[in-house]
Amino acid sequence: MEETLQKTCLHDRHVALGALMSPFGGFDMPIQYAGITEEHNAVRGNVGVFDVSHMGEVRVKGPQACEFVNHIFTNDVTGAPDGQIFYGMMCHENGGVVDDLLVYKVNDEEYFLVINASNIAKDVAWIFKNAEGYDITVTDESPLYGEVAIQGPKAEETVEKVLGIPVEDIVFYTFRIFDLDGEKVIVSRTGYTGEDGFEIYGSHDFTRKVWDKLMEAGVQPCGLGCRDTLRFEVGLPLYGDELADDITPLEASLSIFVKLDKPEFIGKEALAAQKAEGVKRRIVGIELEGNAIPRHGYPVEVNGEKVGEITTGYRSISTGKSVAMAMIDKPYDKLGTEVEVRIRKKTFPAKVVKKRFYEKNYKK
Amino acid sequence: MSKIEEGLRYAESHEWVKVEGDIAVIGISDYAQHALGNIVYVDLPEVGDEVEAGEDFGAVESVKAASDLISPVSGEVVEVNSELEDKPEAINENAFGCWIIKVKMSDPAEIDALLDAAAYAKLCEE
Repeated sequence: MEETLQKTCLHDRHVALGALMSPFGGFDMPIQYAGITEEHNAVRGNVGVFDVSHMGEVRVKGPQACEFVNHIFTNDVTGAPDGQIFYGMMCHENGGVVDDLLVYKVNDEEYFLVINASNIAKDVAWIFKNAEGYDITVTDESPLYGEVAIQGPKAEETVEKVLGIPVEDIVFYTFRIFDLDGEKVIVSRTGYTGEDGFEIYGSHDFTRKVWDKLMEAGVQPCGLGCRDTLRFEVGLPLYGDELADDITPLEASLSIFVKLDKPEFIGKEALAAQKAEGVKRRIVGIELEGNAIPRHGYPVEVNGEKVGEITTGYRSISTGKSVAMAMIDKPYDKLGTEVEVRIRKKTFPAKVVKKRFYEKNYKK
Repeated sequence: MSKIEEGLRYAESHEWVKVEGDIAVIGISDYAQHALGNIVYVDLPEVGDEVEAGEDFGAVESVKAASDLISPVSGEVVEVNSELEDKPEAINENAFGCWIIKVKMSDPAEIDALLDAAAYAKLCEE
């Protein structure tokens, strides 16, 4: 039997706008409205809004909340000020990635975890399993929250105008809780596009009101299609492409988010051993000569031998080049290495480059 | 919503065929270009390649994904529209005015198995 797709609180809005809908992470989500290119360019040059209500939210509360988060998370939340946000991963004992996530520190005894839609059930089960013995409560609050991401150089003025709240002072990777419409709304300066922007978490009713106001203000609705092209251009990973249960953060070239100097966390031993030995493969950038487009799963070869696989590839909308991220075996991961990408019946010359195809424009 | 041109034959995989003697002129339908969105690349075969009915001969790529081009007929590729290498978006602008390949048919009777405009219109409505 076909699995029933979940709908976000904005589903009826997407349908009314004529969006192309498609399943993603168990939800029926908008892929595009006006077109991926137009939406992509709106975010790079102006402002756009995404429905990201499919994301999961888990709250960890209690006297041992800080200790527990440090136990399941590769980054280090020790000593952080309230309102700080961390990016990092949860790992299996063997170092493979359970999920990548954001951790919002509300205070020393309360943390808010934002996880991928496709992994909600797995993550929640995994978090509960590992919470045994800790003096904390863990709550899956995913069904309670809607979330919109307002992204682009004009995000700040858009949020201030539409929500009527001052957000200029919210610095990158921090958040503030506002009392709006009789509820606590989380506003963070975060995103997944390489542009300045905000993510706003509130009730379903609140999220619908915000969305409608944004539409009235003429903000471009943006689908998951351009969310992927935007995150890809600035080298951000997507779970399922660059991250998986059998890929470690070190292989994903995300070691700066793995704090091996912490006393302990799940997967630390395996990751420390992998670091000492050196990874055998890692995610790099690939640039193709010519116009063919490398896609997820296409083989990367050297002298006819497979040395890796494309994880995400596009004709970059911002630069026009055919580029990709790929998981490549050592020693072919070195910058400038000449490789070939097999696309259908032909191979195309390519070389290893930095996995950042467009410069980020964050407001620090 | 999408246009359908009379007088052409259609494959269920959304290619159109215009028959000119023993030559089949092949493109993709307006419905297909609409479903794909912005086309950014067309992977063309070489002149002289053999194609077979029901087999892929290339691909059209939108920003998001690659979609195989399926040949509605068998035969030899006698011409490819190399203008699409630099201007793939021409298919979005005018799908029926924009041919992709021309095939010298080895079995012109294969045309009879294709849909006519009315049958294809019905397929698109489903």
